[in-house]
Amino acid sequence: MYPIIRLILDTPAPREAPPEADSSLRTLRQRLGAEVLGSFAGALTIRHVDAGSCNGCELEIHALNNAYYNLEALGMRFVASPRHADLLLVTGPVSAHMRTALLRTFDATPEPKLVVALGDCGCTGGVFGNSYASFGAVSNVIPVDVAVPGCPPSPRALLAGILAAIAPGS
Amino acid sequence: MVLELPEDQPSFPDLSRVFPGALRQQRAMADLLGIAAEGCVDQRPWLRHGAWAQGVHPLRRDFPAATPPLEAAADYRFVRVAGEGVHEIPVGPVHAGTIEPGHFRFSVVGERVLRLEQHLGYTHKGIEKRFEGLDLTQGARLAGRVSGDSTVAFAWAFCLAAEGAAAQAAPARAAWLRALALERERVANHLGDLGFLGNDAGLGVGLAHFSRIKEDWLRTNEQVFGHRYLMDFVVPGGVARDLPQPALAVLRAELQTVESQVGRLQALYDEHPGLQDRLVGTGVVSPGLARQLGLCGLAGRASGQGFDLRVQAPAPPYDRLAVRMATATDGDVAARVALRFQEIQESLRLLRDLLPSLPVGPLREEAPRLGDGVLGLGQVEGWRGPVLMALEAGPGGSLRRVHPQDPSWLNWPALEHAIIGNIVPDFPLINKSFNLSYSGVDL
Ligand code: SF4
Repeated sequence: MYPIIRLILDTPAPREAPPEADSSLRTLRQRLGAEVLGSFAGALTIRHVDAGSCNGCELEIHALNNAYYNLEALGMRFVASPRHADLLLVTGPVSAHMRTALLRTFDATPEPKLVVALGDCGCTGGVFGNSYASFGAVSNVIPVDVAVPGCPPSPRALLAGILAAIAPGS
Repeated sequence: MVLELPEDQPSFPDLSRVFPGALRQQRAMADLLGIAAEGCVDQRPWLRHGAWAQGVHPLRRDFPAATPPLEAAADYRFVRVAGEGVHEIPVGPVHAGTIEPGHFRFSVVGERVLRLEQHLGYTHKGIEKRFEGLDLTQGARLAGRVSGDSTVAFAWAFCLAAEGAAAQAAPARAAWLRALALERERVANHLGDLGFLGNDAGLGVGLAHFSRIKEDWLRTNEQVFGHRYLMDFVVPGGVARDLPQPALAVLRAELQTVESQVGRLQALYDEHPGLQDRLVGTGVVSPGLARQLGLCGLAGRASGQGFDLRVQAPAPPYDRLAVRMATATDGDVAARVALRFQEIQESLRLLRDLLPSLPVGPLREEAPRLGDGVLGLGQVEGWRGPVLMALEAGPGGSLRRVHPQDPSWLNWPALEHAIIGNIVPDFPLINKSFNLSYSGVDL
């Protein structure tokens, strides 16, 4: 126990201020009213779905959970079931073999739900494009509120995208 | 070796009886090319779920790349375990954590696992077909996205294949910088996995600290190489950019910090009885089984298989670096954890040797020009194990066929064995100790 406490005391917490919501990443207009968005405050739950990525985008989602980005202090956390989720974070081009699983996950997520598509692949199909085995962009399969480009997008870009999904519409 | 096959009903003798590790690739080959393994007992599809019809083979030349996928879902015949009290737990393809998709079917009695059967192929997105007709620059970009966590290894193996096929070699400075990138990729992945391994065994402080150290490491990558994961740094003919001069001092100072921070965490892991209790004796692959299955790379070395391309087939600059290979024989999660610590320390030593001895000279030569029909092969020891790239050139310097080979092909089946007799809640820990690639084998 003692070495663990020493380690914690010796290490300053590298907290950084979160980025602003980047509303230029929105692909659909905000459907949710101020009242609903207000009710998210402090408790946005996120379910990640890899719909066919190269696993690069997953590395940045992992990074988002490190001390620098301090996600939970913003009230956000990743959950294990779509039934507990407000927002789906979808990576990859949608492979043909993941289409059904993605649709089922989407259906299992209670309304009101938000979708953020991640990475060049999630936005357009990226280097993999559309093919006999790929449906390309996430928006070809489920409605997407926010699309964050990058290969992979940095954790800050990712966070700016998630914040845009819950920012009030104009 | 060239094997000529008849045009109608092409087949070859089953290799999996001699080399069990060949089984899944034989099944993938039957799906994609319609070439069957004669006499193999398992003829179930592997990569084909429902995206294309039986009897259709997407890697055949007459199959148009733009064919849209079918929306059919296919059933898969899992092997059933019968007996009193046996029940099945299906898991996936969407998992509880932030990991890649795949399906695991556990047959259990109470908490104890009798059998695990994996069903992968969910992230199959047609990578090999996608390579057709690309030029080498585009090819290297795609190679770097076969398995994102091993982007340097794949891109380098691809470039070695192309350069070898054109009988040229990257300039010495480029080779040095490629090794610098590869060792940084190895350290980054081990840092991440060691954090998750602590966390999966209930030591959250391990995850908090390892992910902080990893984030610092990635930020240095961004600052020095322009990309957190070093994507597109290795290009045909050399590397994409030089290190800015002050970078060397930054990199050297960082080695010192990381070494002491990791050392401290290693002492913590080693001396934490609760953690060791979860790691020791869990998820064992014995050296005998490892040899039989062809277990390779890091997991292989933890089960007594002393192979590392950097040692046995060192490409420059490894021929000058004298890599010290770490091995263990226990083959359990603890051995794979210990090996990761040792490999971090060895990579830090290699980086320390590489930095002051960077040769001066050009960063890249012209991309190789390949004649129609030329074949190339490249191999690189990535953090997970040996990464292989085979290519055949087409007309006008384009690519006709590229086959990427991730070490996970051989190691996934070993995970099915490693879990037997363990309890279901230890699966995440055992799985993470291998941390195999889905995308790299689903292609
Ligand atoms: S956007 Fe880039 S990192 Fe993300 S899945 Fe696609 S290729 Fe991989």
